[in-house]
Amino acid sequence: MNRFLIPFGVFVVVVGFLAVGLTLNPRELPSPLVGRPAPDFSLPQLHDQGKVLSSNDLKGKVWLLNFWASWCGGCKEEHPVLIHLAQSGEVPIYGMDYKDTREEALAWLKQWGNPYPIVAVDALGRVGINYGVYGVPETYVIDKAGVIRYKQIGPLREDILQEKILPLVRELQNQ
Amino acid sequence: MRWLLAIILLIPGLAVAEEAKPLADNPVAEARLKALAVELRCLVCQNQTLADSNAPLAEDLRREVREMIAKDMSDQEIIDFLVERYGDFVLYRPRWKVSTTLLWLGPFLLLIAGATALVLALRRRQKKLVDVALSEEERTRVAQLLSEGANRL
Repeated sequence: MNRFLIPFGVFVVVVGFLAVGLTLNPRELPSPLVGRPAPDFSLPQLHDQGKVLSSNDLKGKVWLLNFWASWCGGCKEEHPVLIHLAQSGEVPIYGMDYKDTREEALAWLKQWGNPYPIVAVDALGRVGINYGVYGVPETYVIDKAGVIRYKQIGPLREDILQEKILPLVRELQNQ
Repeated sequence: MRWLLAIILLIPGLAVAEEAKPLADNPVAEARLKALAVELRCLVCQNQTLADSNAPLAEDLRREVREMIAKDMSDQEIIDFLVERYGDFVLYRPRWKVSTTLLWLGPFLLLIAGATALVLALRRRQKKLVDVALSEEERTRVAQLLSEGANRL
């Protein structure tokens, strides 16, 4: 009896490990920044280069920070979701134009629509590094005290928005 | 006309070549960057080191590390800077933590388990071996067979 039970037990354990391990997405890395203050930035604005968008200006409200670029395919994919969210007016989405050229970024927004009240320009990707960005699009939920509460890696989808982000945003807004 | 052209081409000043640029202004800093970059993972192409990768993010991170080296930060400070932003995943050599204990000790545990199982199995098998007493008749038969075998050689 033992002869079969032991290998069978080992087999079940290995299958269990594989079942979990192989279905994890290696691209989704837990961010160490969730629960920590959002890195400060102060960057020129895309539409009005003379003006600056600073993270300090956004203290006191719940906001989303969306890293995007005109060269990024996933950004196109999530764009309708952002537009929809912007129209609902539930939470402002601030854009961070990541390693992009100004002309192309402006043209992109003109063509597909602009969900952002303000877009900041991170031409060298330095703010991206401070936020631990390793692939656009990435979206952060930041609370009234300026703490990162959630990080979305990859394109936003309507279901993620409805199930995770909006409930979190409402909860944070009521705090 | 052809001669004139040949003479013009022979003027050495026309073939000015610039000396090859060194890879870095500071070879010591570059060596440190290299040593650090093989310990760090490129987040985009996850199984390459920061040194191997050509991804734009890897280039940016190398630039960042280079600047930190120029600012005279220690290796540990530079690694902490990256871990703070990208998590432990950026390290090729995982840190000793509660969550990585199994990772570090697992192979040794498996080795101990395997060795124990082997010793137990061998002992059990040894017990199963029983000395078989040979009768006189069998002994002579063995001797006969062995000598036959020797002759055959």
